[in-house]
Amino acid sequence: MLEIKNLHASVLDIDDSEILKGIDLKVGKGEVHAIMGPNGSGKSTLANVLMGRFDYVVTEGDVLIDGNSILKLRPDQRAHLGMFLAFQYPAEIPGVRPWQFLKAALDSKADANGEDKMSVRNFSKLFDEKIEAVGINPNLVKRSLNEGFSGGEKKRNEMLQLEVLQPSLAILDETDSGLDVDALRIVAEGVNSMRSPERSFVVVTHYQRLLNYITPDVVHILVKGKIVKTGGPELALEVEKDGYKQYMAEAEVNA
Amino acid sequence: MGFKLIPDRMGQVYVFAPFEFNISDLAPYFFTTDHPSRSYLLTNQNTISRESDLSGREYKWGFVTDVETDLAPKGLSEDIVRLISSKKGEPEWLLEWRLKAYRHWVKLAEAEAEPTWSMIDYPGIDYQDIYYYAAPKGMNEAPKSLDDVDPEMLETFEKLGIPLQERAALAGVAVDAVFDSVSVATTMEKQLGELGIIFCSFGNAVKNHPDLVKKYLGTVVPYTDNFFASLNAAVFTDGSFVYIPPGVRCPIELMTYFRINTEGSGQFERTLIIADEGAYVSYLEGCTAPFRKSSQLHAATVELIALDDSEIKYSTIQNWFPGTKDGEGGVYNFVTKRGRADKNAKISWTQVETGSAITWKYPSVILKGDNSVGEFFSVALTNNHQQADTGTKMIHIGKNTKSTIVSKGISAGKGNNTYRGQVLIMPGAENAVNHTQCDSLLIGDQCGAHTVPYIEVRNPTARLEHEASTSKVSDEQLFYLMARGLSEEEAHHMIITGWSREVFKELPFEFALEAAQLLKVSLEGAVG
Amino acid sequence: MTTATLPAAVGKYSEAFASFAEANSDAPEWLKAVRSQAWATFSELGIPVKRRGNELWKYTDLRPLAALDFEHGIGGSVSLDEIKAAGPWDDAWDTVVVVDGVFSAELSNLQGTAGLTAGSLAEAISSGTGDIETQLASLAGREEYAFTALSTAFVDDGAYVAIADDADPATPIHVVFVTSNASGSRASYPRLLVDAGANTLAVIIETHINLAESAQLSLPVVEVFAKPGATVRHYRVQMENELSYHLGTIRVHQLDDSSFNSTTFAVGAVIARNDIHTQLDAPGASCTLHGLYMTSGTQQQDQEISTTHAKPHCTSKQFYKGILSGKSHAVFSGKVVVERDAQKSDATQKDLNLLLSRGAEIDAKPSLEIYADDVTAAHGATAGHVDRDTLFYLQSRGVDEEAAKAILIRGFAAEMLDEFKPKALYEFVERVTDERIPVLLAESDALGTA
Repeated sequence: MLEIKNLHASVLDIDDSEILKGIDLKVGKGEVHAIMGPNGSGKSTLANVLMGRFDYVVTEGDVLIDGNSILKLRPDQRAHLGMFLAFQYPAEIPGVRPWQFLKAALDSKADANGEDKMSVRNFSKLFDEKIEAVGINPNLVKRSLNEGFSGGEKKRNEMLQLEVLQPSLAILDETDSGLDVDALRIVAEGVNSMRSPERSFVVVTHYQRLLNYITPDVVHILVKGKIVKTGGPELALEVEKDGYKQYMAEAEVNA
Repeated sequence: MGFKLIPDRMGQVYVFAPFEFNISDLAPYFFTTDHPSRSYLLTNQNTISRESDLSGREYKWGFVTDVETDLAPKGLSEDIVRLISSKKGEPEWLLEWRLKAYRHWVKLAEAEAEPTWSMIDYPGIDYQDIYYYAAPKGMNEAPKSLDDVDPEMLETFEKLGIPLQERAALAGVAVDAVFDSVSVATTMEKQLGELGIIFCSFGNAVKNHPDLVKKYLGTVVPYTDNFFASLNAAVFTDGSFVYIPPGVRCPIELMTYFRINTEGSGQFERTLIIADEGAYVSYLEGCTAPFRKSSQLHAATVELIALDDSEIKYSTIQNWFPGTKDGEGGVYNFVTKRGRADKNAKISWTQVETGSAITWKYPSVILKGDNSVGEFFSVALTNNHQQADTGTKMIHIGKNTKSTIVSKGISAGKGNNTYRGQVLIMPGAENAVNHTQCDSLLIGDQCGAHTVPYIEVRNPTARLEHEASTSKVSDEQLFYLMARGLSEEEAHHMIITGWSREVFKELPFEFALEAAQLLKVSLEGAVG
Repeated sequence: MTTATLPAAVGKYSEAFASFAEANSDAPEWLKAVRSQAWATFSELGIPVKRRGNELWKYTDLRPLAALDFEHGIGGSVSLDEIKAAGPWDDAWDTVVVVDGVFSAELSNLQGTAGLTAGSLAEAISSGTGDIETQLASLAGREEYAFTALSTAFVDDGAYVAIADDADPATPIHVVFVTSNASGSRASYPRLLVDAGANTLAVIIETHINLAESAQLSLPVVEVFAKPGATVRHYRVQMENELSYHLGTIRVHQLDDSSFNSTTFAVGAVIARNDIHTQLDAPGASCTLHGLYMTSGTQQQDQEISTTHAKPHCTSKQFYKGILSGKSHAVFSGKVVVERDAQKSDATQKDLNLLLSRGAEIDAKPSLEIYADDVTAAHGATAGHVDRDTLFYLQSRGVDEEAAKAILIRGFAAEMLDEFKPKALYEFVERVTDERIPVLLAESDALGTA
């Protein structure tokens, strides 16, 4: 599904700003991978680089989806391939309704893939179902996209989009930050209900607590732009207990 | 009627051919206030088709209609003013009024009083190199019926999405179609007449309702008002006239569609709308012109009179030819629009300005009566070499008067966009309230966005709020939308229409859809 | 055909200019050229009496000024006590006194502060101090503006202040422009040039006082050069009698990371204009332009405040407050221009006014002219009534209505007064404000803000 080969990335237009320093990672179909790391380790950068954010430049390495490089693709083309990024800080867009936005997103994808667009009626039905499923306040979706949403509301709105767009690869960028336990549970339930042999997840998180609800197949520890350790779900518990200190020391030694 | 026809000024016409075109294509441009899908689905289960794709790269309304034209000689003189008046068969008093206006204009021209305070830059206009009267042959007299109208012209309006035949007429809209200097046809005149509503060409109003015209003409915009208003008063050719009797709520939208066709001609229409006590009317105005490399002058005047307890809602979609990408040609749009609101009356201007090489207009409200309300909602877009200096004046005279201004300026390409607005609180305007919000959006680094408010307070009890902001479409917003699969152009368009939403929602539904499309087409080449 | 109207009132000054030029024929050539060029500009423009279509003078009627005759070249005598009584004073400050446009060594109080050159402009010109030849009239006097042109045509003496690179004068530098109590109406052209070297820290107080009892015309011109890293804290106190005209100009040129922070206290003259322009001409430059004006009777106060962001990463803040009573009139015309290159500019504008009477008039025009797309620019003017609940609250605690109003007015002004940091200066503006409030209230018949 997703394959990352020796990925190096820097901030655009800034010298000596390398954040990702050679990442190798393979996520198979239906797998859930967690990427954990301390602040500044580059985990959010990795999530954004995968989706093609403008502020970063890939200096070396490659990212493949189903064996094809996606580095030259624009973010919308990546989305059409079935990629989805749940943002840590979703942008606020005045005057644009979530409904309108999601319909347009689905239509674009259908267009790009030569499929029929969903009718307004079917879309509305789907939309309403998902609103209920995600437990988002129906009044919220009548407002402008993310504008004046609380942190938790923004995250739920991201989950709503995830549910509607049904991607084949979902990357969750610190979706758990700023959520109370109820919201966390909803996010986790959303992810769990969407787990399928055809869908992969990359869950980027600082804390282990989300992983109490979503059991990953593989856990990676990212420190200073490199994956320093890979293991099973037990790795997350280790981090919970001992923190990142030991890995940071290792990274120091390896650097 | 089961079908609703959406008037479309894109050079394409929506026709009745069910199930070819999915209404959901329009979904991104829905602007109903509630859940966007619902109201539409309930009221309109049908689909609509259109002849061709909406996204083109050129001005789509640029075709020329081949009709024989009756032209007065170029240039302006007393003789021309007399000629226009006699062509229209006007009474002596109106001719006299025109001549007074003409003489005043000559004085202004000699004193070089053409306004220079606005932030627009254009080569001097040679007022002697313009045709002041251009009418399709045989149309000096307004046609009695559509059978008298040149089929070429009917086809023109049909192409513009404004079919004039009753059988095809727009549902819920009565149309006055103005071609160069004359009104070609007015639809639904008879049906409106049953309610006592007068909706006809200005020329017909002079003939059939001279008392009303005489009573109100020039009362809000006197011929001495400004350079272009004087010019208009001297040479105006046609326009629309509306009178809504006391207590009548006009059940349908009234619409005037202006079309400039003849090369080198100016267009000087004059519109007069009177809402008598307790009346209500919603009036729409649209305009286009052919693609020409030379510039064309349009100097119109609109007067609104809202008597006690009445309401006038005036919406404009201005899409005159904006000139070429390199700034050749285009319409010079110098317009004076003003309304007078009496006691408890309300006047609301909504405008979407995407066309014209130069836009100079300030739709204003004189809040004369106590408790009167004035509103101004505007989206003005300048791309390529377009320049717009537009805004409003809210003159608070009566007590407890209230005005709201929402202005959205979009600058792209090498365009320059200025909001210029005056809020004047006169000494007697106790407890006047104004809220002004001016937002500018810049697309690219070769354009300009300017805000020039004039806040003039002569009464200490007034409450005013003025806010302005300048922004650009952020990378963060673009990335977010693109990460969900929208192309860069779609993302830009969605952000910009969302940003303009506060204004679009003031437009009648079909107009709002069209306005969103117009923004999209007008911005092509500027984004992406 | 065009009927040309002759520029207004040029004739009233031409004779004086001719005799001034003759008397000063031994001046350096460059200065003579500056003067004659400025005179040529003024004689084309005249006093701006046309308001229609003239954005700069739309709200200001200068016809009464154009009709008046002013004498030139007559000076009077002034005592130090009179100056101390009429304006702020602190013996610890370096003070430069200019009487009727002429530097007075006798009245000045200079401490020989290290790194500071302060004194007569005429002397600086004749001895070619620093960059005076390239600086004088380079910011003001060569543009198409009638009053800087007229003032520059007569440029002769005034004050010159230069702070050497890296100097940090501990005390404020006070420049006092005095109009003496000589008989007759006189025109004076006070001039101040400030050359703030790199990384300096200077506090400059500019005071205008008027001891005359008749109508006087004062056209002060201040030019400030802020070199890289210079921080200039500027205060301006403008107190003229209510028959006089004060049309002042300040032009500031700012280089890298310099800052110019100015607060104006304006209460004098029948028509006073404070025209400030700051040119942010290198990255990192910033300015804050603040002020408080109070008007009563038929006074008019114009604040003509403009900033040009010419380079990226600059910040500007304009904020003015006014208190108006009687039939007085105030104008706030703020302008921010962000040029094409000036990405990452940050500009704000604000003007708040307290209207105390039905005859008073405020015209605010906070305008933005923006040519760069990555800019944060905002202006706001909020308004509403002075909180009547607060008034009621004060009254309910036994404060009578007049006293309660005075407290509210004082509260409105406090924010600006607090900016006057030097103690003697603060005490002065506070005292003047407290004396003004009863005058304002006496002409008040309402209480509102706009």
